[in-house]
Amino acid sequence: MAIYGTALLSFCLLAGLLAGKLLGWMLGMDGNIGGVGIAMLLLVLLTDRLKRDGALPEPSEQGILFWSSIYIPVIVAMAASQNVRAAIHGGPAAILAGLLATLACCALVPVYARIGRSQDDDSPLP
Amino acid sequence: MIKFIEPLLIEYSLITAFALIGLLVWISYILSGRLTRGRVHGSAVAILLGLGLAYAGGLVTEGKKGLADIPAFAGVGLMGGAMLRDFAIVATAMGVHLGELRKTGSVGVLSLFTGILVSFIMGGCVAWAFGFRDAVSITTLGAGAATFIVGPVTGTALGASSEVIALSIAAGLVKSILVMIGTPWVARSIGLNNPRTALIFGGLMGTTSGVAGGLAATDPKLVPYGAMTATFYTGLGCLLGPSVMYFLIRSIV
Repeated sequence: MAIYGTALLSFCLLAGLLAGKLLGWMLGMDGNIGGVGIAMLLLVLLTDRLKRDGALPEPSEQGILFWSSIYIPVIVAMAASQNVRAAIHGGPAAILAGLLATLACCALVPVYARIGRSQDDDSPLP
Repeated sequence: MIKFIEPLLIEYSLITAFALIGLLVWISYILSGRLTRGRVHGSAVAILLGLGLAYAGGLVTEGKKGLADIPAFAGVGLMGGAMLRDFAIVATAMGVHLGELRKTGSVGVLSLFTGILVSFIMGGCVAWAFGFRDAVSITTLGAGAATFIVGPVTGTALGASSEVIALSIAAGLVKSILVMIGTPWVARSIGLNNPRTALIFGGLMGTTSGVAGGLAATDPKLVPYGAMTATFYTGLGCLLGPSVMYFLIRSIV
């Protein structure tokens, strides 16, 4: 049933957020440290294990995949509820930050592609 | 008529938001196809339109929550709020297969960490250059230079102001659009024609929609490889942003 998948997803998020809060508390910070990231890793590990055991049938998986497919619209809603009016004043900062990060990371692609390369790894797709 | 519609929209605010955002996404995909021939991905157009509406909402109400400050559209704030946002982001991790990640090897992992670190440094430097001096704002803008998801997640966790969070989303959006448009142009010169380079590319760039859109325009067969590492980038960024990166930047500032 779809609710099993959604419940599993909810459990992962709650557990991740709890772990993030605990981590924040331990580091003396009033906040959540990487709860979402921990939840993602937890979901990957749990679903991988469940799939191998055959304990995650298609309908249950659909209960997770629906939320995965709704992620762009949720981000659109998030964008629509931000304080853009105030951010407009800092326009060039946003453009420059995005541009420099893109250029710097892009320039590193060929460098990393050369690390530990072997012949059959690099064959172009047919 | 409007007398009956408005209370209904307010009472069923979340449903109103689903309908409105659905409509917005639909229009965006039409615009993406007609005006840019799909070169700028529909999701990027939708986010741009969303930011545009938030700006309009801010002009009308002079509030801080964009479109969500208009009573009839308050549900947009709930739909795009931390609860549903985190829920949907965690769900995207379903697209990642543990076995395939292992095959990526250490270079893939290395590219993930490097991509995040370099983006934070670039975003942080720009924040500094534009007069931000507090570690929270610098980290949030650095996170935005990683992706438009890591930005707000980090900013929310650290308690950054809404303006800085919006700025970080804008920075991530600029990066996402640049990757979408630029990938086919630079693909040849950076050797982006095989799964291995696509995995590294996804790990270094990180923006999932940007990488998926850019690779689709380059060679659709490369999409799952780049998107897979890019998916991890967001999770890792959300993990490192409010923790390691924040402490690192706080110790420098």
